[in-house]
Amino acid sequence: MKGFNKHGVLAIYKFEMARAKRTLWQSLVTPVITTSLYFVVFGAAIGARMQEVGGVPYGAFIVPGLIMLSLFTESLSNASFGIYFPKFTGTIYEILSAPVSAFEIVLAYVGAAATKSLILGLIILATASLFVPLQMAHPGWMLAFLLLTAVTFSLFGFIIGIWAQSFEQLQFVPMLIVTPLTFLGGAFYSIDMLPAAWRTFSLFNPVVYLISGFRWSFYGQGDVPVAISLAFTLAFFLICVALVWWIFKTGYRLKT
Amino acid sequence: MNATSTLETTGVEPVVSIQGLGKTYAGGFTALRDVSLDIRQGEIFALLGPNGAGKTTLISIVCGIVTAGAGRVTVAGHDITTGYRATRSAIGLVPQELTTDAFETVWATVSFSRGLFGLPPNPTHIEQTLRSLSLWDKRNSRIMELSGGMKRRVMIAKALSHEPQVLFLDEPTAGVDVELRRDMWALVHKLRESGVTIILTTHYIDEAEEMADRIGVIRKGELILAEEKTALMAKLGQRQLVVQLQEPLDALPKALNDWDLARSDDGLRLVYSFDANDEHTGIPGLLRRLDELHIAYKDLQSKQSSLEEIFVGLVKEQEAT
Repeated sequence: MKGFNKHGVLAIYKFEMARAKRTLWQSLVTPVITTSLYFVVFGAAIGARMQEVGGVPYGAFIVPGLIMLSLFTESLSNASFGIYFPKFTGTIYEILSAPVSAFEIVLAYVGAAATKSLILGLIILATASLFVPLQMAHPGWMLAFLLLTAVTFSLFGFIIGIWAQSFEQLQFVPMLIVTPLTFLGGAFYSIDMLPAAWRTFSLFNPVVYLISGFRWSFYGQGDVPVAISLAFTLAFFLICVALVWWIFKTGYRLKT
Repeated sequence: MNATSTLETTGVEPVVSIQGLGKTYAGGFTALRDVSLDIRQGEIFALLGPNGAGKTTLISIVCGIVTAGAGRVTVAGHDITTGYRATRSAIGLVPQELTTDAFETVWATVSFSRGLFGLPPNPTHIEQTLRSLSLWDKRNSRIMELSGGMKRRVMIAKALSHEPQVLFLDEPTAGVDVELRRDMWALVHKLRESGVTIILTTHYIDEAEEMADRIGVIRKGELILAEEKTALMAKLGQRQLVVQLQEPLDALPKALNDWDLARSDDGLRLVYSFDANDEHTGIPGLLRRLDELHIAYKDLQSKQSSLEEIFVGLVKEQEAT
């Protein structure tokens, strides 16, 4: 264990994955059903009456946005709950008193949350293929965006879990910030469809860049150039890493 | 007074060494002031003190849960900051609160703790630990299904899962029944026999009296005393002579003023406190004086001060200074 507590990381990772198994309905089945309903409503019912967007049928156009929506929500909720619950019950004492480094703690919690989100994202992708014809222009980039977004939002969720001092606060960021930003970030439309003023305003929404890059990996087109999307996603990732580093350095809401 | 207890003179390497430890929380409350204490390998050390004295803060700093404000702590020769992997691997902690993962099984949570502390799975050790704590039959039960006493045992099993050198027990028997308390005491003695150093905090003085080799008293963040239990009791212990009278005494005669006497409310008992180490206890003179005053007695009993009386005396003495 000198340099790396492999067993410690695995213990936390397995514990978190076991929690997902116990709450399979909440973790996997519910998001899949919700997303399927989106496809039924927006893809089959409404989508059939809508024009193609950039040459892509509307039902297929919303697939990347819907996957991202689930990825954001699940990464945030899994990672934030994973670290908040031990704080709430008091079992965090065991993590803090164990020979695990800050990096190992983050690796285990964020790794488990990102794994669950990735699995969910792939399941939704498979579900979507049952409803709409899908094409994948850049599958490698699709997986890279999926992975990077899952890890970044799991890191973000981890930060929220450390920051939150109540279940209400735990829900605050996902429900009141991330979900509205996702809906307004081009999940269901291209920002080119907006009036000029709103389009400019939308460019201040960070989620636009994440969804745009992911959509590019499917259809080879996005609202903003893919390099900007990638740079933005990486920047968000690095900001989250820096915040987590600061949390462990100062012991913010972990140690007194 | 701020007592220190180090082992410099004995040449024995302490398993836990605390030097000049201080802690002031963000709100301004000072929980520890310049505490220095050495714990010997294989001993049972009881830390006594009123609520808010700083016992849990002290333990939490050594275990890595709370950050020290000042001073240095080493465990098994390693600094708790620079060598935290080594120190935390050597420590098992049973916290005061019953904090467990309610939905986990006993087996899963104890196995989790072993992994968390960096050790590979060892079902044989987990089984032995669960059996020694009478938890084997409950291994597949969820923790939420267990009684409070059983949960306390699970906490101990988790702390022992990685075979620690040093075990911290923070109020281990708070809220448990008499039978379990006795079981815990037996377990602690058994652990000590296997070479584990045990540091416990308790409100129950009889617990410290029953188990500890050495006793530390902490008050308002200061370690005011750390002594061998037997030496402490001999040094600070007073003996009492209880004189059962045949007839009630309305008031203490002035002729008995030379003795530290107390009269019971019903006037049927006189309690004489004296220093057990004093060459001249004053008892023969007291008995002669009672004869001269024609105060008849039917029985005499003597008893040693309990640790509780010593503790209360110490804390009161500190409050007065």
